[in-house]
Amino acid sequence: MKKFVNDVNNMLTESLSGFAKAHADLVTLQLNPNYLTRQTKATNKVAIISGGGAGHEPLHAGFIGKGMLDAACPGQVFTSPTPDQMMAAAEAVQADKGVLFIVKNYAGDVMNFEMAAEMLSIENATVLISDDCAVINSSFTDGRRGVAGTVIVEKCVGSIAETGADLQTCKALGDKINARTASIGVALRSCTVPAAGKPTFEISETEIEMGVGIHGEPGRKREKMRAADAMIKDMIGAILTDLRLTDLAHIKGTEILLLVNGLGATPLMELYLIYNTAEKLLTEHGLKIERSLVGNYTTAIEMTGASITVCVLDDEIKQHWDSPVQTAGLRWGV
Amino acid sequence: MSLQTDFICSAALTIQSAIISHKPEIETLDQAIGDGDHYINVLRGAEAIANMTDELASLTPDEALNKIAMKLLSTVGGAAGPLFASLFMGMAKVAKHNGANTSLDIAAAFAGGVQALVKRGKGKVGEKTMLDVLVPVAHTFLFSAIENKSTKEICIDIQIAADKGLASTRDLVATKGRAAGLGERTIGHLDAGAKSCQVMINAVCNLILTTNN
Repeated sequence: MKKFVNDVNNMLTESLSGFAKAHADLVTLQLNPNYLTRQTKATNKVAIISGGGAGHEPLHAGFIGKGMLDAACPGQVFTSPTPDQMMAAAEAVQADKGVLFIVKNYAGDVMNFEMAAEMLSIENATVLISDDCAVINSSFTDGRRGVAGTVIVEKCVGSIAETGADLQTCKALGDKINARTASIGVALRSCTVPAAGKPTFEISETEIEMGVGIHGEPGRKREKMRAADAMIKDMIGAILTDLRLTDLAHIKGTEILLLVNGLGATPLMELYLIYNTAEKLLTEHGLKIERSLVGNYTTAIEMTGASITVCVLDDEIKQHWDSPVQTAGLRWGV
Repeated sequence: MSLQTDFICSAALTIQSAIISHKPEIETLDQAIGDGDHYINVLRGAEAIANMTDELASLTPDEALNKIAMKLLSTVGGAAGPLFASLFMGMAKVAKHNGANTSLDIAAAFAGGVQALVKRGKGKVGEKTMLDVLVPVAHTFLFSAIENKSTKEICIDIQIAADKGLASTRDLVATKGRAAGLGERTIGHLDAGAKSCQVMINAVCNLILTTNN
């Protein structure tokens, strides 16, 4: 394993410290328990707090700032943060209108945030993100996973909170976006969790993991490696089916946001190639791509792979996507 | 059987070394059908508890169990953190209410812990999780205590139940946790959470069997 690391037990702290120093104008780091907040605390708004295992950078600390998160709680790599982190963060950033937790749907994240919410005396609510359409939502699964669609929810909920909207209004927007967003990922190569020292899964040069998750958890199907267009066609197909955008007569002109997200080790050149094909397929299908984003937003350390996310837009979502945001990972309108 | 704090402290150290000595098996299982972090998380918790035995020594058994729960909650993370914390919180609550001076009382405390874990994780037996070990062990502990079996007999019964529970996970399809996305690919693999529970329970029973109780 070749990584930039000293003592692997200090890796997280060293990385968080570097992040906080590099973005000292935007964030402040607290340790024991670990959480990050905006450098300048906001007042009189719902406090938006997210968190999750490290290893998905820039998610979530990279999205702390005006127009997006008030605080983020980083867990160990691929491991959810603990309730004491969320409680300390909530006490630190609450601004008299309650706290909204944005939680990706994984058993660990859900339970730790749930326990924090139960123990917190501050009024709070939770938006659960479950945009991954790779894992079929049936009685046989734990529910869909939250992946890159989290970025869209954090952006828009962060925006509406800046307007002074109350807790239920903020939550309602988050839930609405989650319901209109679908994602699917594919891995060409595994990631390596630093403390584990070896790849999370074995995969040959002629295989891909279709539906891969963002923790290196293998997805639904191991398939044969093939040309990009063939992989993307399958991924778009899955998304369109999930979003019920298959009836060509009815969906023509529907506006969408298209996000092509790198899982860490895939170069921008390839992400844009993926966008090229995804755009073509979606446009041929009669959809209108009104907003786009390409880059590493929800990674899996250094997994070679990418995910595609489609969000069905409306005027409210467009407004909150466009509004100013000033974070390490996303910055426009300022 | 009677639960004393100094036994809890010894058990903590025993559990820590048992986890470490089963590292290869636990890791391999979680890598096969999970995301490979179960061992690291459980070890971190076991180490944190082993390092606080001085703090625990002056507490009553139920206070010690509760303190262990809080430490696990803030140290382990992931799904294992809240689940193991709930187990110890549930045990502490029942132990505080009933005392822990008979086999039956301790069995009831363990059952209360497992119930708290079930409530937190919303799981049940047959989903290829730690519950496939913990629930049968809770049953066996209670029934063997009801039958007035000796401490030694109870421990042996528990070890058999834990082994059987673990083995039962092999042919189950995972429907919870990270493995749930893999569907039928999980058949043929034991569950890592069930394995770590079996390792811990086995170690604690061995500790009882090899010391004068």
